[in-house]
Amino acid sequence: MLVVEKNALSEEIESYVEKYGNDRSALLMILHEIQKKHRHISEFAQQEVARLLNIHPVEVYSVISFFAFLNSNPKGRNLVRICQTISCDMKGKKQVVQAIERELGIKIGETTKDNKFTVEYANCLGLCDMGPAMAINDQVYVNLTPEKAVELLSKVK
Amino acid sequence: MEDKKSLRAPVSQKPHVVPKPEHPEYLGGSITVEINEKKLTVPFGTTILEACKQAQIHIPTLCHHEDLCVAGVCRVCVVEVEGMRTLQASCAFPITAPIKIKTTTNAVRKARKHIIDLLISEHYGECYSCFRNNNCELQSLAKEYGVDHYNFGHVTQPRYEVDNSSYSVVRDMDKCVLCKRCVRTCIDLQEVGVLEAIDRGHNTHIGTFFDKPLAEVICINCGQCINRCPTGALRANDPRDEIWAAIDDPTKHVVIQTAPSPRAAIGEEFGQGAGKSFTGELNTALRRIGFDKVFDTNFTADLTIIEEGTELILRLYKALVKKEIVALPQFTSCSPGWVKYLEHFYPEYIDNLSSAKSPQQMFGALIKTFYAQKAGIDPANIVSVALMPCSAKKFECNRPEMNSSGYKDVDYGLTTRELAQMIKEAGIFLPEMPQSHFDDPFGEASGAGLIFGATGGVMEAALRSVIEFVTGKRVEDVYANADITPVRGFEGIRYAEIPITEVGPVPKLLQHLVPDWNWLKGATLKIAVCHGTANAKKVMEDIKAGGKFSECHFIEFMACPGGCLGGGGQPIPTNEEIRKKRAEAIYNEDKSLPVRKSHENRHVTELYDMFLTDGPCGHISHKLLHTHYVKRGKFIA
Repeated sequence: MLVVEKNALSEEIESYVEKYGNDRSALLMILHEIQKKHRHISEFAQQEVARLLNIHPVEVYSVISFFAFLNSNPKGRNLVRICQTISCDMKGKKQVVQAIERELGIKIGETTKDNKFTVEYANCLGLCDMGPAMAINDQVYVNLTPEKAVELLSKVK
Repeated sequence: MEDKKSLRAPVSQKPHVVPKPEHPEYLGGSITVEINEKKLTVPFGTTILEACKQAQIHIPTLCHHEDLCVAGVCRVCVVEVEGMRTLQASCAFPITAPIKIKTTTNAVRKARKHIIDLLISEHYGECYSCFRNNNCELQSLAKEYGVDHYNFGHVTQPRYEVDNSSYSVVRDMDKCVLCKRCVRTCIDLQEVGVLEAIDRGHNTHIGTFFDKPLAEVICINCGQCINRCPTGALRANDPRDEIWAAIDDPTKHVVIQTAPSPRAAIGEEFGQGAGKSFTGELNTALRRIGFDKVFDTNFTADLTIIEEGTELILRLYKALVKKEIVALPQFTSCSPGWVKYLEHFYPEYIDNLSSAKSPQQMFGALIKTFYAQKAGIDPANIVSVALMPCSAKKFECNRPEMNSSGYKDVDYGLTTRELAQMIKEAGIFLPEMPQSHFDDPFGEASGAGLIFGATGGVMEAALRSVIEFVTGKRVEDVYANADITPVRGFEGIRYAEIPITEVGPVPKLLQHLVPDWNWLKGATLKIAVCHGTANAKKVMEDIKAGGKFSECHFIEFMACPGGCLGGGGQPIPTNEEIRKKRAEAIYNEDKSLPVRKSHENRHVTELYDMFLTDGPCGHISHKLLHTHYVKRGKFIA
């Protein structure tokens, strides 16, 4: 990481701390902001957050590792989350997953080489009556079939 | 109540802790509960666990530790509370109403057995190949509750790699049962913050920042986590095999120095109870194991006092008389955990650290120079072992700058636990050994060196010498029996002021450094003592803010609670009661010694006459007995 980039990131995090306060309870809000902008929270960013909130870096890392929507390693530009819980499973999640894997040429948990997609399992999306369900970034899609899933992916930029 | 801002978890997630009333005899101050149909009156807010302890009812615990905050995560201590749907964790249930508790019902017994069974199902490893065999809390719980087969299965393959990157602490997460004692030790007790729970659900494990190896994160190697781990997941890096090999090698001359704290605690490993010293017995046992010479680290503790004391006097002289800018207060540098803590967290205060090496490293340098010369042994063939109560000493002896003899000054740091194991391997029962003395040329050490083992000890030892140096009076005339009680005790931070009302002649040892003491007349020596890095942090923050500790002249810091006697290499378990008993053993031994002041140790004065000829803080002593530190900082690369 370049020094200029580091400084810019520090400044950005400082502005979040100014906004949400330097109490440890502000941690999640700050992490969300960083995640939103950079799609991941880097090692350096985590240490900066820890420094500014006066907590230990490992505590920040612990929180990030706990939440599925926060991640410390860079992921693809688009995040595909497929519901893995039982009702989606019974409605044919497996075929959907296989079709997506074939289409993108990656396995679940991986990122495409062009950095366009990362595919993951998610625990219950709360749409058990309309399974199989999948979320692409913030948009949820239901009643999937393998064909429909592939078509949805092709529309993503 | 804690300051809300400093709480590690949101209030809603913290176990409910009710402050106890100041006057339990007042109306509402006490509550009568029924435990197993027996009535008992306890102060409002007492936990069920504490109440049961009072009623002499045994409740099994695992995640609970007296030194640490309540966690309530392991659920082994569950009991039945009448009217409540589920079983309650007794360690985290404060009594605020006249409840009825049952501790022996079928539901309780069955639940506890299942909980232990479930803990074991995730616990990889075999007991007989574990260093905690026979001293493992999980093992004894399993025995207590008759868990004799794996009802819920058992992991057959290791899930994690053993992390032995650190010189001091080895982490084997396959044996971890997620009680989070190490997390609470590291974050709350020591405020270093290396370990936390990483990931979620079934994948949860205790890890470091980005799961990096321990050597790459900011670990100060204090080993307090080892002392509190209920299983074998944490242990010290064990050099026993290398030491046995050196002993068995006839070309090697193996010498060992023994620190004051291990002798006050090693008996515990042989079932002797805390608070008994085995100095003489230990010497014999060490010789029988095959060590060629047994030296007393107290000797270099005495030397440390002379060097560090002289350094303090020089700093004060420069500040008060020459009006130079010097780093004051001076910090002690005997505790390698504390030194690394300062290097990481307060690198800007590195100049305040005394440049004097710790007693272990001073001895290492002397053994491979002075002793090698005197005994006519090639230092290349000397293997120097240090018996220490400490895991950080293993790191210290591996610091690259610790080779002023031209060789690695101390080859191996050995902890009390590991030595006890060696003694057992040699078929020796320590308490039955005849007593014997230490070997010359460092045979005699003073009580001042001995009390280095307890918190406040370094300060007391230094004061015994400094008071005599400056006032020319005997310490016994100032403090009864030369027991400087203001610096003793177990409070986290102690502060004392010592007025210097009269001055005497400058002793011979220091005559080349200061002309007279008149500049100290009427001055007040301000000192402080603190133990545990959480307390050290408080003192450092106060110094940073320009508070009362910034006006101190000399501050003793020890990384471990209780000082060395509570070190990370000491026998497991540890708690305040055990530490107090160990301190008692040390102070009692100090009382029984003929020489109790460092400067009265004739071997020390001989050493200055014969070897360190240009005196304390002179050129030779600077080369051999002093060191420098590294500004490490907090950033994890």
